[in-house]
Amino acid sequence: MHNHSQHCGAMRQLIVIWGLLLVLTGVTVGISRLDLGALNIWAALGIATGKASLVILFFMHLKEEGRAIGISLLVALATLATFIGLTFFDVLYR
Amino acid sequence: MGKVIQMGEYFRRGFLEPSGKQPALFDWIFSTDHKRIGLLYLYSICTFFAVGATIGLLIRLELIAPGRTIVGPQIYNALFTLHGVIMIFLFIIPGVPAAFGNFLLPLQIGARDVAFPRLNLLSWWLYIFGAIMALSALFGGGGAPDTGWTFYLPFAGETTTNVSLAVFGVFVLGFSSILTGLNFITTIHRMRAPGMTWSRLPLFIWSLYATAWVQVLATPILAITLVLILSERVLGLGLFDAARGGDPLMYQHLFWIYSHPAVYIMVLPPMGVVSEIIPVFARRPIFGYWFVAASSIAIAAAGSLVWGHHMFVSGMSDTAVLVFSLLTFIVAIPSAVKVFNWVATLYGGSIRLDAPMLFALTFVLLFSIGGLTGLILGSAATNVHVHDTHFVVGHFHYTMFGGGGFAFFAALHYWFPKFFGRMYNNRRATWAWGTMVIGFNLLYFSMMVVGMHGMPRRYYDYLPQFTHLNQIATIGSWILALGMALMAVNLLIALRRGQHVGANPWEAATLEWTVASPPPPENFEELPQVSHGPYDLKRAGEA
Amino acid sequence: MNPSAQHQDAEGARLGMWLFLFSELLMFGGLFVVFAVYLQRYPAQFADAGRQLSLFFGTGNTVLLLTSSLTVALAFEALRQNRQRLCQGLLGFTILAAGLFLVNKGLEWHAKFQHDLYPGSQTLRQAPAGQELFFGLYYLTTGLHGLHVIFGGVILSWVLVQVRQGRIIATRPTMLENGALYWHLVDVIWIFIFPLYYLLL
Repeated sequence: MHNHSQHCGAMRQLIVIWGLLLVLTGVTVGISRLDLGALNIWAALGIATGKASLVILFFMHLKEEGRAIGISLLVALATLATFIGLTFFDVLYR
Repeated sequence: MGKVIQMGEYFRRGFLEPSGKQPALFDWIFSTDHKRIGLLYLYSICTFFAVGATIGLLIRLELIAPGRTIVGPQIYNALFTLHGVIMIFLFIIPGVPAAFGNFLLPLQIGARDVAFPRLNLLSWWLYIFGAIMALSALFGGGGAPDTGWTFYLPFAGETTTNVSLAVFGVFVLGFSSILTGLNFITTIHRMRAPGMTWSRLPLFIWSLYATAWVQVLATPILAITLVLILSERVLGLGLFDAARGGDPLMYQHLFWIYSHPAVYIMVLPPMGVVSEIIPVFARRPIFGYWFVAASSIAIAAAGSLVWGHHMFVSGMSDTAVLVFSLLTFIVAIPSAVKVFNWVATLYGGSIRLDAPMLFALTFVLLFSIGGLTGLILGSAATNVHVHDTHFVVGHFHYTMFGGGGFAFFAALHYWFPKFFGRMYNNRRATWAWGTMVIGFNLLYFSMMVVGMHGMPRRYYDYLPQFTHLNQIATIGSWILALGMALMAVNLLIALRRGQHVGANPWEAATLEWTVASPPPPENFEELPQVSHGPYDLKRAGEA
Repeated sequence: MNPSAQHQDAEGARLGMWLFLFSELLMFGGLFVVFAVYLQRYPAQFADAGRQLSLFFGTGNTVLLLTSSLTVALAFEALRQNRQRLCQGLLGFTILAAGLFLVNKGLEWHAKFQHDLYPGSQTLRQAPAGQELFFGLYYLTTGLHGLHVIFGGVILSWVLVQVRQGRIIATRPTMLENGALYWHLVDVIWIFIFPLYYLLL
């Protein structure tokens, strides 16, 4: 199915992703030392989401999976977001 | 398929035939056959149901007169807690999906088993361990839990009764439920027979599919909620203690984020059962297949958005009350879609009123009453009036028992001949049904009325003006119990002496009726090639 | 799909694993709901409490987990290429990293306890409301995550044994694949724990 060079390419790709993840870790630590007010938490969450996406897409091979798993993942995340979001209708306006 | 039926003599006992290699009990409790696991669930669920019903009868007996009748307040608290825990976590959540779902899912989609047979067996074992733990909380050191099945913090963190053990038991039960859910989703995605497209899936399978998603995505929230209770009790983290800066309402949010979707775990599969039975006994294909299928998904989705309606008087923000009240009304739409489609299916049909159909039609009536009273509770203004009264208890039992319970009995009568290859006495079944319907309505309608008059729930005592209605309710509970006993006896007799039936006694069109009754161990000699829909009753008759 | 394939359906096994991971995600999600609400209510106190966590241990453990996530992904790739020794080595490294992570976690918790920072401690009882909540959630979340690290380590050790015995091979990689998926999830959850607890200002 795959030839040897493709396999080496796969390993190289994983290592590049790892490098990116380390860089992003550095960036998120760096940004957290700046005072951006409310933006700090959103930047931290944004970068974390980016890192998680890299892990999920490449390390966990989501890119190679069929649509079912990708859609299910979105459903799961949307469910969690809904749970948090609707709870805030209470806590923000109490 | 014809071949399998002709070999009926050989397969007379089908999967029920003992292997002869080990003690018969081991044949069952270590079996990875989905049919045997389904029956294991069925037997254990019915046993726990009997225990839960007995406790329910005791509760009603205590309430037959004001003041202390048979038990004091502490034991009364334990009784309604145990009744709730048993009925919710041991009966109605696993009821239809784990017992009937396990048995029928592979048969209805044309597969030999579920995707993960060993995981399936593990689910049952976890269920039994969880059940034993939850029930042994009754007898352990601190006394039976007295928190109600909702385990509200901070009280559940402070009471000296055996809450920890019960909570851990429920945690294990939740794990079992998640594993069943992921098993079913994978099975439905991966193991449909050739030609079994999504538009040919029986509606029971659609309802199981929607339920399985709720099980996978909502049950983990219950797990973490229970972990939080345990951490309060064991480590005293104080996360929900207002004195230490915590917010007790956050517990209620977490609890209902699971427990509201959970009522759809309890009621979606019953709706699927009814969607199977009504077309067969009205001799008409289901009206609006896609609407019924999609409404299952819609109920599962919308049902995850409405948990706040359990908290209208808790001190939650008014904005949230408004939002959750609105969303609650939205969830009524897909439920109503189902009811209207069932009624439209009946229209112009040649209806046979055998026992399964009687139970299924009763489901439609009782669930509609339960659903409409749910709207009274869902609109914030009226909710304030009847919150925490017996009206809520009555409404809940109309949906869960009138809905879930009666559909469970409908399923039992519909698939009994398939499970055991024998038929019960339909006359006795009808008598049992009639007795139950009378008892049920006496019991729970009186509860709703007495709730409207202001009788609070969860009190062992009440004001004298509520006596009359409470007596009617208690008498209703005896009639209901009598009906259920008659039903149980009828089915137990049939198990031994019922007449043998062929593969398809109801002339239904779904795949489970194409194999012998009881089905052979591997279900299908050859995997079926599906060429028609699940309610194509004419073509099923020809084949 | 032919009948014999039904019992060893690799794609089905992966789907089942992903569904299990979703439920894990939602379970931690419950804790994130609580965290989000309390962060909104006590932003300053959470920041004060967060500053008392060790950035050194936090960042170190992040790097450790990211690296172990890489090595387990490489191990799977090595198995695909039939490079058994490499696969075993990479798995061994991953398990080692899991152990190191736990050692770090232990040291970190130990230091916190020595500084009297645990729920119910004298210091936190007197601290402004909110700090105790932060530490309660911190111990619960990292503790639960730590349990997952332990499970992950056990699973991967079992996988390593199976690879050594030749039961997991290039044509039958499902166990390694699913074990790796589980380990990646442990990593993904940490990716969110790290900024939320260690990097609050």
